[in-house]
Amino acid sequence: MLEPKSVSEVQEAVNTASTPMLIRGGGTKTALSTSSANGTVIDLSNLSGILEYRPEEFIFTALSGTSLKDITEMLVENGQWLPFDPPMANIGSTIGGTLATGLSGPGCYRFGGARDFVLGLEWVSGAGEIISGGAKVVKNVAGFDFPKLMIGSLGRFGIISEITLKVFPNMNSFGTVEWDCGDIDDAVDFVKEMTRTPIDLFALDLESNGIVRARLGGLSTTLNNRLERLSEYRDGAKIILGDVELDLWEHIREFLWLPDDYSLIKVPIMPNLIPQLDKCLTNSKSHRKYSVGGNVAWIGWSGTTQEIDTILSGLGLGGLLIIGSPETPWLGTSSTISIFADKVKSAFDPEGRFLPL
Amino acid sequence: MFSDFVDELSKMLTRDQILTAKSELIPYESDGLTAFKALPRAVVLPEQQSEVVDIVQLCHRYSVPFVARGSGTSLSGGSLPNTDGIVIGLNRLNRILSLDIEQRIAVVESGVINKNVSDAARSYGLYYAPDPSSQGVCTIGGNVAFNSGGAHCLKYGMTSNHVMGIKAVLPDGNLVELGGSSLENVGPDLVGLFVGSEGLLGIALEITLRLLPIPEAYRTVLAAYPSMELAGDAVAAIVASGLLPGAMEIMDNLTVRAVEEFVNGGYPIDAGAVLIVELEGESSAVEEEFVNLQEIVSKSGAYNVRSARNEIERSLIWKGRKGAFGALGKISPAYIVQDGVVPRNQLGAALAEIDSLSQEYGVRVANVFHAGDGNLHPNVLFDNKEDGMLEKAEAVASEIVKMCVRRGGAITGEHGVGMEKRHLMTDMFSDQDINQMLKLTNEFDPKGIANAGKMFPVDRLPGI
Repeated sequence: MLEPKSVSEVQEAVNTASTPMLIRGGGTKTALSTSSANGTVIDLSNLSGILEYRPEEFIFTALSGTSLKDITEMLVENGQWLPFDPPMANIGSTIGGTLATGLSGPGCYRFGGARDFVLGLEWVSGAGEIISGGAKVVKNVAGFDFPKLMIGSLGRFGIISEITLKVFPNMNSFGTVEWDCGDIDDAVDFVKEMTRTPIDLFALDLESNGIVRARLGGLSTTLNNRLERLSEYRDGAKIILGDVELDLWEHIREFLWLPDDYSLIKVPIMPNLIPQLDKCLTNSKSHRKYSVGGNVAWIGWSGTTQEIDTILSGLGLGGLLIIGSPETPWLGTSSTISIFADKVKSAFDPEGRFLPL
Repeated sequence: MFSDFVDELSKMLTRDQILTAKSELIPYESDGLTAFKALPRAVVLPEQQSEVVDIVQLCHRYSVPFVARGSGTSLSGGSLPNTDGIVIGLNRLNRILSLDIEQRIAVVESGVINKNVSDAARSYGLYYAPDPSSQGVCTIGGNVAFNSGGAHCLKYGMTSNHVMGIKAVLPDGNLVELGGSSLENVGPDLVGLFVGSEGLLGIALEITLRLLPIPEAYRTVLAAYPSMELAGDAVAAIVASGLLPGAMEIMDNLTVRAVEEFVNGGYPIDAGAVLIVELEGESSAVEEEFVNLQEIVSKSGAYNVRSARNEIERSLIWKGRKGAFGALGKISPAYIVQDGVVPRNQLGAALAEIDSLSQEYGVRVANVFHAGDGNLHPNVLFDNKEDGMLEKAEAVASEIVKMCVRRGGAITGEHGVGMEKRHLMTDMFSDQDINQMLKLTNEFDPKGIANAGKMFPVDRLPGI
């Protein structure tokens, strides 16, 4: 394992590595950050620090190994935050690992995911060169959008070294309305109705047991009225406020519901497919949470990777193994490499210095 | 050789889908950037997606360069033809294939006009957020190619933030499907890479778009300031207050006068600068934010502030702003629109520098821009019939963009590099950065036939 502390040390590490490189940040996503074979692990947890922060511009630049926790603390002092609600911050995830995995939390329902907040990136190529894309301004379309390409690329195209993100003013208060719809079918129907409400929902989640939660954020002066209005959408609404509310969403965002020894799988989905997926998993040892208005399923899985791979393929769904044993992370339809991705890989990593896609 | 190519085209398309007479080609010689002109050898007008694939495969086989074109509204010369190639006009690929109201998704062909998506979704309480000024004519395919923005991308992001899936034909004729229908994704963001790739990686045929609920309430404020500097400071104060307006736009005096003549909307023609701020969202939240906004604006040195009282007044304000480019066309025979970006705290200084460049070169510059995100739109006005004026205007335009980069910004915020800013790429990117872009282009288009000549400096262009 190589542990560079600076970008030039990352370049040196690239020149030293004799086997395909696997990039590791905080090591929280075990399925993605542990080397299963004879790969060289490049650990970036020491490549950390904020390089630039301009609160008045709502922009900061950090080295990729900087922890989400440090970033959040810095932003909170200035009344700002990352609205894509990055998960696994409490257990030490880094900003680089979050972007390279393309993970966003429930809050990405309102303002978009990690991809929508990255403005500029710098990475070290397989040839040891420093390459950058994007810019340090909130709007820019010059050249190819390489920063977006790197989101979710799992370090297969290069080693992200520096990141510029835009941030937003903090929501000054939060509240949640919870309904028990009885079962997943009814919950999905209700979620689809809620996605069209003119009320600005910050997050919209549902669970296998039919629980639906809609979260509001904004000025404290209007929050109560907005929550009352939201609760009128359906009988049986329960309003949750204060620390209980914050804990509830932290529980979801930090995957505190995931039992020990369970794998964690992310599956992009559409609301209409949720009942089908959920029924396929009902008799298995699994936990399911559906987030972002029914656009993502988080599956806690205790079976074999092969079993879940078969289920997802059968439904035409793709997934990413995030916590679990370091096998191939791509599940279901995600394991098929498109011609397009293949060409990108050839252009970025012609010599196969990083793990294959 | 080219005649063999046309013969083969004739076998797959009807006569009226192939234009070769000079009189038919002239409308395609330029796009929104009229300073550049080039006559293609032919224009083809496919009506089916499969026809586009066949045409691209044929171009690949015969090494004939092609330029995909929607409505030709590019302001960067993005759809300027190659004189040795063809234009593939996509306006007839104009079907909205599905409108999934329950899941808030529209699947459209690339020739669908931007505004038509919102029009189709409106009765269901939904709309498509990106709103370039040309939204009444520009196509979604063009928006995808250039990652178009618009006044409201301050809050909602650019085209890229609203595209979930793309079906495209690559320059070698391969058909690919990127992304899907979900707002979430796993794996590299290939859709994100395709959007804004300026036609170099292929032609989008079918695009899956995210629709949003129409905001329940708007508050649109128009404030008149004696100077650009004060209007710029007001923007900084609004941003710093934590308000997140849907849009924040500034127009200078020259633009305001042109616009007022054009739309008769009651714009204050004596103002040094006009600031438009629009809050939008849920009624109660907007009302609360409106109170905060009024307080900030009242302390910002505006000498005249008015709020739209109804939808008619709001539309009139936006008609003026969105018609600004057209209005400038009435006061100047020709102009070049730049769209450099500066950090927002550099706005005042950047505008002052534009003013001195304008005086130094003796060329008028009208400013209308997306102040909220620092995206300038200086319009360099000139008379194209006067010898040497185009060169002078181009020099001012280039100086302005270089100044944006020097101030830590970007050469283009939403119009794209195209033809017009390709020589400026090296101001913003290193050799290594550009090499990586070229490696990608070469992997997708080894023959250099897809929108050839765009994005890269002439001496770095991938050739046939």
